[in-house]
Amino acid sequence: MLLRAPTPTRPTLTRRVIRPIGLVIALGALAVCALLSVTVGAKPIPAADVWAALTDYNGSYDHDVIRSLRVPRTVIGVFVGAALGLAGALMQALTRNPLAEPGILGINSGAAAAVVVAVFVLGASGSALVWPAFLGAALAAVAVYALGSRGRSSATPVRLALAGTALAAVLQGLIYGVIVLNDFVFDRIRFWQVGSLTGRDLDIFLQVAPFLVVGIIVTLALGPSLNAMALGDDLAATLGARIPLIRAGTAVGVILLCGAATAAAGPIWFVGLIIPHAARVITGPDQRWLLPYAAVLGAVLLTAADTVGRVILPGSELEVGIITALVGAPLFIALVRSRKMAQL
Amino acid sequence: MSDTLAPASSATGSARPAPRGARAWRSPGGRISFLVRPRTLVVCLTLALVSALTLVVSVSVGDYGVPLSAVPAALMGFGERLDVFFVQGVRLPRALTAIGVGAALGIAGAVFQSLSRNALGSPDIIGFTSGAATGAVAAILILGAGRLVVSLGAIAGGMITAAVVYLLAMKNGVQGYRLVLVGIGVSAMLASVRDYLMTRADLTDALGAQIWMIGSLNSRGWAEAAAVWIGLAVLAPVIFAVGQRLRFLELGEDTARGLGVSAQSTQIIALAAASALTGAAIAVAGPIGFVALAAPQLARRLTRTGGTTLAGAALMGAALLVLADLVAMRLMAPTQLPVGVVTAVIGGSYLIWLLYTEWRGGRA
Repeated sequence: MLLRAPTPTRPTLTRRVIRPIGLVIALGALAVCALLSVTVGAKPIPAADVWAALTDYNGSYDHDVIRSLRVPRTVIGVFVGAALGLAGALMQALTRNPLAEPGILGINSGAAAAVVVAVFVLGASGSALVWPAFLGAALAAVAVYALGSRGRSSATPVRLALAGTALAAVLQGLIYGVIVLNDFVFDRIRFWQVGSLTGRDLDIFLQVAPFLVVGIIVTLALGPSLNAMALGDDLAATLGARIPLIRAGTAVGVILLCGAATAAAGPIWFVGLIIPHAARVITGPDQRWLLPYAAVLGAVLLTAADTVGRVILPGSELEVGIITALVGAPLFIALVRSRKMAQL
Repeated sequence: MSDTLAPASSATGSARPAPRGARAWRSPGGRISFLVRPRTLVVCLTLALVSALTLVVSVSVGDYGVPLSAVPAALMGFGERLDVFFVQGVRLPRALTAIGVGAALGIAGAVFQSLSRNALGSPDIIGFTSGAATGAVAAILILGAGRLVVSLGAIAGGMITAAVVYLLAMKNGVQGYRLVLVGIGVSAMLASVRDYLMTRADLTDALGAQIWMIGSLNSRGWAEAAAVWIGLAVLAPVIFAVGQRLRFLELGEDTARGLGVSAQSTQIIALAAASALTGAAIAVAGPIGFVALAAPQLARRLTRTGGTTLAGAALMGAALLVLADLVAMRLMAPTQLPVGVVTAVIGGSYLIWLLYTEWRGGRA
C-alpha cells in the first residue's frame, strides 16, 4: 500500500517553486558533466569528433577511445554516482542517523573483505572481483541490520551505527591479517580500495546493471513511505504505514545500490554521506524530492570528479575516490558548520 | 537526532540509575568523602588481576619457553642467563608497553567519548588516529624516515588533526555531534591522501607503511615502555583531576555551567591531555584500532554505571591490549601478527556479542 504523503511541514512558496526548477538545473548540469566526461581526457578530442564517434563510428583511434573507454566510464560514473547518492539518502532516512553511510554501516568493509578473500583464496582478479564485492556488501548490510534490529524494539540509530562499527572492525582486522601474511594480496587490494572508474569496461557494468536498475526503481517509490516514517514509528503506524515492510524495502534498496556501486567502482566514500545533506538544503526533509535530487546530484558529483581527475595531474590520473573525498570533505564540514542538522 | 547524539550515558539506558549498593566513604572528620560502588571496585580489581596474570603468561610462553616456576626468579634477574634475557630484556618490556598503551588508549577514548557525548566519538572517529597514520605514512613514504621521525610525524599528524577538527567544530562552543561529523570529514580526506601515497609507492615501502598503520608491539623494548609510562604518569592525573567536571558536562553544557563548571576550559584541558596521551600511545605502537573505542564502552557495561568511568576504561584498555598481544604473538607462531589485527577482531567480535546479548533481552 502506498501512502498519501503526509509531508512533515507545508513547504514554503519559494521552496515549491525552487524544487522543480532546481531539479531541471541539476539534470542540465548532469548532461554537461557527462558531455565533458566524454570529451575531456589525456587525449583531447574535439566535440564534433565525439559526436561522430557515437553516431558514425569509423574505427579510428579517436573513435575507439571514445567508444571503448570514455563512454563506458561515463555511463558507469553516472549510475554509480546516482546509486551512492540514493543509498546514502535511504540509509540516513532509515536509521534517522546523519552519520549513516556505506562506510559507517560496514558495507564498504564487507565488500573489501570479500574481495580480499577472493584474491587470497581464489586468486581472482579483474571483473571476477565484481561478485565477491557485491556479495560482501550485501552480507555486511544484512548482518548489520539483523544485529541492529534484534530484540523487542526496532533498529535504532545508535544500535545500527554500533553494529556497523563493530562489524567493520572485525572485517578490517581480517583484511589486515591477510595483508600481513601475503604481499601479493596487499598489492592488489591497495589499488582496489581506492575507488576508481579507470579501466572499467561495459562488461562489469552490464553485470551489475540489473541490480542498479531494480535498486533505483525500488528506492524512488519509497519516498512517500519514508516521509511517514520520518514522523516516528508510532505516528507512522497510526497513519497506516506498514513499518516492517517499509524498513525491509529500504534495506533491500540500500543493499542493491551499495553492493552494485561498490562492485562496479570499488569503495567510494563520502558520496553517500554528503549528497543527501547537500540535497536536503534545497529540498527540505520531503523524501519525495530528496531521493531524485540525491540521485542526480550523486551522478553529477561522480562524473565531474572523474573528469577533473583526468586533467588535474600532468601525466597521470587521480582516482575518483580520492577526489570525492578531497572535494566532499570540506563541503561536508561547511555544511555541518553552516546549519543545524535537519531532522531526518 | 536526539537519539543519535544523546549523551553517552543514554547508550545504555536513558536515565542514570541510582547507584545500586553505592556507599559513601568518609574520612574521619568528614573532610574527604566520595561514593564507593562495590561493583565498580570488583570490576576494576578483576581487570587488574587479568592484566597481571596475562603479563606473567606472556613473559613465560614463546618459542623459547620459560617455565612458570622460573618466571619470578627471572623477573628478579636470577636464574638461567637465557631465561633472564628473554623475560627481562624482551618480553617484560613488551608486555608493560602493551599495558601502558592499552591504559592510555582506554583513558583517551573515555575522554573523547565523554566530550563528544557519543559512543562513537573515539580518537578513531574524530580524526586523531587518521591524522597520526597519515603523518607516519607520509614520513615513511615521502621522507623514507626512521622510527623516531615516523613517531614524531605520527604525533604531529595526530595533534594537528585533532586541533584542526576542534577548531572547525567550534562555533558557540563545541557541540558533540559537530565534533564527530567534522572528525569524520577530516578523516575521510586524510584516508584519501594515504591511499594516494600507498598507490604511488613501491610495494616494499607501502607494505612497511601498512604494517605501521595497523599498529604493532613487535620488538618494543624498555625505551618504548618508559616512554608510554612516563606519558601516563604525567597526563593521567590531569585527566582524573577534571574527571568529575567531565561527568557534569555530560549532563549538558548549560547544566554544567549552572553547577559552576567552566565548560570551555574543561574541554580544552581534557582534549589536550587526551590527545597527548593518544599521541604517546601511537608513537610507541602505531595507531592500534578499536581499544579506545571499545574499552570505555565495555567498562561501562561491566560496571553498569551511567557515566564515564576513567579508571575502568584504563584497566579495560590495559587488559584488552595485553591479552590481544599475547594472542598476536602466538596465533600464527612463529609469524608474529601485528597486535592491531587482533584488537580489531577480538574487540569487534566481543562488541558484537555484547550488543547481541543485550539487545536479545530487549534492553537498551
